[in-house]
Amino acid sequence: MDAIFLQILNGLDKGGAYALIALGLTLVFGTLGVVNFAHGALFMMGSFCAVTLNRIFNISFERVSETEVDFLGNPLKEKIPYLQQWFGADVSNFLLEWSVPMSILLAIVVMGIVGVIMERGLIKHFYKRPHADQILVTFGLAIILQELVRHYFGANPIPQSAPDAFAGAANVGAWIGLGDNVIYPWWRLIYFVFSALVIFGVFAFLQFTTFGMVVRAGMQDRETVGLLGINIQRRFTIVFGLAAAVAGVAGAMYTPVLPPDYHMGMDFLVLSFVVVVVGGMGSLSGAVLAGFLLGILQSFASMNEVKSILPGIDQIIIYLVAVIILLTLPRGLMGRKGVMED
Amino acid sequence: MLSTFTRNDWLLLIGFAIIILVLPWALQPIGAAYPDLLQKIAIFGIFAIGFNILFGLTGYLSFGHAAFIGIGSYVSVWSFKLLTMNVLPAVILSVGMAAVFAFLIGYVSLRRSGIYFSILTLAFAQMSYNLAYSVLTPITNGETGLQVRAIRDSAAVSLRDGDVRLIDQAMGIQEIGVPITNFFGMKMSGYPGFYFCAVLLIICFFIAMCITKSNFGMMLKAIKSNQNRLNYTGIHTRPYLISAFVISGMYAGLAGSLLAVTDPIAGAERMQWTASGEVVLMTILGGAGTLVGPVLGAGLIKYAEQKVSSWNEGILHQAFSGLPDGLQNFFVEFFSFFVGEGWHLTLGFLFMVIVIFLPGGLMEGARRIASIFRKQRTDKADEANAVGQPAE
Amino acid sequence: MSKKLIVNRRSVLKYGGAASVALATPYFFTRGALAQSNDYRNAPTGDTVTFGFNVPQTGAYADEGADELRAYELAVEHINAGGGGMLDTFSSKALTGGVNGKKVAFVTGDTQTKSDAARASAKRMIENDGAVVITGGSSSGVAIAVQGLCQEAGVIFMAGLTHSNDTTGKDKRANGFRHFFNTEMSGAALAPILEKNYGRDRKVYHLTADYTWGWSQEGSMQKYTEPFGWETVAAVRTPVGAGDFSQYITPILNSGADTLVLNHYGKDMVNSLTQAVQFGLRDKQVNGKDFVIVVPLYSRLMVQGAGDAAKGIFGSTNWHWSLQDDASKAFVKSFGEKYGFPPSQAAHTCYCQAILYADACQRAETFRPSAVGAALEGFEFDGLGNGPVLYRAEDHQCFKDVLVVKGKENPSSPFDLLEVVEVTPRAQVEYPVDLLGGELGPYNDGAA
Repeated sequence: MDAIFLQILNGLDKGGAYALIALGLTLVFGTLGVVNFAHGALFMMGSFCAVTLNRIFNISFERVSETEVDFLGNPLKEKIPYLQQWFGADVSNFLLEWSVPMSILLAIVVMGIVGVIMERGLIKHFYKRPHADQILVTFGLAIILQELVRHYFGANPIPQSAPDAFAGAANVGAWIGLGDNVIYPWWRLIYFVFSALVIFGVFAFLQFTTFGMVVRAGMQDRETVGLLGINIQRRFTIVFGLAAAVAGVAGAMYTPVLPPDYHMGMDFLVLSFVVVVVGGMGSLSGAVLAGFLLGILQSFASMNEVKSILPGIDQIIIYLVAVIILLTLPRGLMGRKGVMED
Repeated sequence: MLSTFTRNDWLLLIGFAIIILVLPWALQPIGAAYPDLLQKIAIFGIFAIGFNILFGLTGYLSFGHAAFIGIGSYVSVWSFKLLTMNVLPAVILSVGMAAVFAFLIGYVSLRRSGIYFSILTLAFAQMSYNLAYSVLTPITNGETGLQVRAIRDSAAVSLRDGDVRLIDQAMGIQEIGVPITNFFGMKMSGYPGFYFCAVLLIICFFIAMCITKSNFGMMLKAIKSNQNRLNYTGIHTRPYLISAFVISGMYAGLAGSLLAVTDPIAGAERMQWTASGEVVLMTILGGAGTLVGPVLGAGLIKYAEQKVSSWNEGILHQAFSGLPDGLQNFFVEFFSFFVGEGWHLTLGFLFMVIVIFLPGGLMEGARRIASIFRKQRTDKADEANAVGQPAE
Repeated sequence: MSKKLIVNRRSVLKYGGAASVALATPYFFTRGALAQSNDYRNAPTGDTVTFGFNVPQTGAYADEGADELRAYELAVEHINAGGGGMLDTFSSKALTGGVNGKKVAFVTGDTQTKSDAARASAKRMIENDGAVVITGGSSSGVAIAVQGLCQEAGVIFMAGLTHSNDTTGKDKRANGFRHFFNTEMSGAALAPILEKNYGRDRKVYHLTADYTWGWSQEGSMQKYTEPFGWETVAAVRTPVGAGDFSQYITPILNSGADTLVLNHYGKDMVNSLTQAVQFGLRDKQVNGKDFVIVVPLYSRLMVQGAGDAAKGIFGSTNWHWSLQDDASKAFVKSFGEKYGFPPSQAAHTCYCQAILYADACQRAETFRPSAVGAALEGFEFDGLGNGPVLYRAEDHQCFKDVLVVKGKENPSSPFDLLEVVEVTPRAQVEYPVDLLGGELGPYNDGAA
């Protein structure tokens, strides 16, 4: 019982993360009709926003220590953050500790701008081009982005810690009357709530605002909306910026779970495509549904009891589900006819 | 079928054959004339030509063709281990097995089109990769890769760690240490290996030409331009698509087999999605739908991977040694960003530049240059003629 | 397509092809002729000899590869100068500037930590650049693949960082040599420390990377901990590069295990360790014991990625820069002065391999693989940071002390992440040759 409950919880947690990562991708598919292979790179850049903020808080000057020596035996050059110098150690440590949640703001701004620049400078010219061209050009961009990150941050993962208040695990079992063995990390619970909030936010934005209405109309029939005298192009730019910002915050918040490295975008790329396609191209609710479905199935497939019957099932479950769903439901769970089928 | 070949087609074929066969000389000035790189260019040329039969002609973008490369390699190495070091059975068995798998995967995947098809093929390839890396280790030897070994002493040694080579043993061929692959006595490493691959590349190129020129090829192109119209006229397109998929799978199987022929090892990473992506890039880079383009793209990417990655700072300093010190350091600093460990960056820029400015790949670039030369010599009548031509 | 275009292309091909044939023929044939006139592969003819450094420059191990390359450049500097760094403390004094009267030059290649790419770059260095030795690498799969290639091509392979038993066990080759330790030695060195610190009779849960190295590591840990009552509750295989390991960690909570062994390396280790600690495993009490985590193979570069999660966790390592013997100090000094930070264990093993190879060539007075191999076989040396070391003749494996380390609680610098708990003496980690199977076979000099 405990074990099953834990796997469900784990599946929801994973599902939330998958849905959040895939959300921007399917948004861009649905509205702009663009296959964005750089989406994983945007996710990766978001997580490096968290690293950057941490580095900014850590900008230091050097002071030659009188007592300590470095590994070569020379006097140690102590690094003292300016923040510590100006505001004292308490403020400095507090900022460093909370740098990951604070980096959400940075990620929204930076990634929103990156998204808008990308759309204006590159994607705009590819609306009418074949998907293969879109794939190649965004893939090239993804390589460039990740190589630049590697140049400045190295190839090794860079650990980012959650604030101390959320560092340990929550005794979920005690809340609902299960045993002590049902514990779950605070930060993952927070990430789950966070992803739910972001997903609902994006939904509400598209569903209940005039802007969202126009964008949805543009998804259905771009030409008519244009004939009505609405500048749909500008709105699409904003949608792309939004997608990039969502990928960015998803990445920034994920850093305590997975220490970021320059290659994590590529690692998530295939997964996010599978989620989007299983959900149905361009369908937001489909992506969310597929995210949770794949998350929970993957979690259960990894249980020892399941693995002992079907060895290796945990390694292929995602792809297996994708195959089965695509063969039974031609356009994924909630895909519309005619999207991306040419 | 050959009757449809025009004089130009024959010239193209002969020209292609000559270029491929003189590569060991022609590539000398750029430092690419050594057996391994030449073999890789030929092998991935075959892979890309085959991929182009599916993607270039029908427009169906498969993201799982690396699976067939892997299958071809594994079958070949098993043929070396169980039957003989002669490459002929290995090549035949690999292509056959790749055809079987391509039929199975194609039959299922081609029920869908567009990106759904791409994801289905990707899913099959990733499943093959993940299983080959872990659970199927008894067959694939997992991460280490399947290798040829010496004849085993007793049946207690697993077939993975000791070979039997039934045919070679029956023929009483003596082995010292681990033997190397041969084609009726001709060893398949170094330049002979390259020429073996090169001849097969030319044959594959010829077959691809035949397919493009044939009615079958026309049908595939029709599928690309408007599948619905074909369906309305009562033509069942699926058999054509499956045939194209199987043919391109066989090309991939042959490429995988040749990888094992020139270097008898088979590893799971050959099946990873990045490997499938690589052939997509090669094809688009060179020019999808053209005959020569994919080979060109394959050569370029393999050259970048092998040579550009090896230009370290020492080599850069040599290259710029004629310059004054300050300038030399600046250039070395600047270029080291793009070569050596930064070669991925160059590749990324290359993709973007080509796609943005030359949507038809390198072949379009060649066409444009050719048309500039032509324009200088043609009069206006020709131009008017060109305008009057129907669009494709 | 018009006819004119084709005619054009054809003439370009014809004249271009003919011209390049005319230009290039002499080179081509001279090279072939040269290769035949020598009786071993890539025998150096000029006043330089070329080493091939095959390290991961892209991919997950790029930083480790960069450190290996730094160490190689330093080693080449020291070999050509005939002194400096650990060359001064090395027990053999054969090297006095260059090798066999030639200066050492080097070429580099990118393994991408993929067997195919690694073999391709090694082939390029052998076939095109004339390297007499290939060395480097950061994974066992790659090491075994490249070792097989070097055997076929007829050059020596000096393995870099490779920890699997198979490299000098099941898959050993005459032309291949390894300085780094293996899972067998890790298990043998780690087990007594674990018994001393964590007691007998524990219930152990293994999370194992699902490939040969992971299995090998899992097997060695079980072999050496089971005798004192560490019982395996479950050994779960995880896919390589899984990223999020949470679905494998949740079952541990209910398994009744009180010990977790993470048979992961690199990014997998960083992620699984970070996440296991996040799940509060280390705060738990199971069976009346504190829950503990063990990471059998540590690398300082990777511990950096795991951050605070690694504190207090036991593991083993080949070498660590904080060792206080003269050799280690000399190496850290020369490396640190050149690059500004201390070397990693990968850098150390690569530096040693380069020095050992050059020294063997000097002692053999040739670069011929069989002669160099004979000079390395059974070679006993000291002064390379690991105490007295033996290059065992039967399997080309180095036998030396193994370090048991622990994540440091209060690091004083970004490099000060591990503390050495014990230096396990060589005698304790030695094992009989036939334990791991495999056969060296004959040397291949690559004579045409």
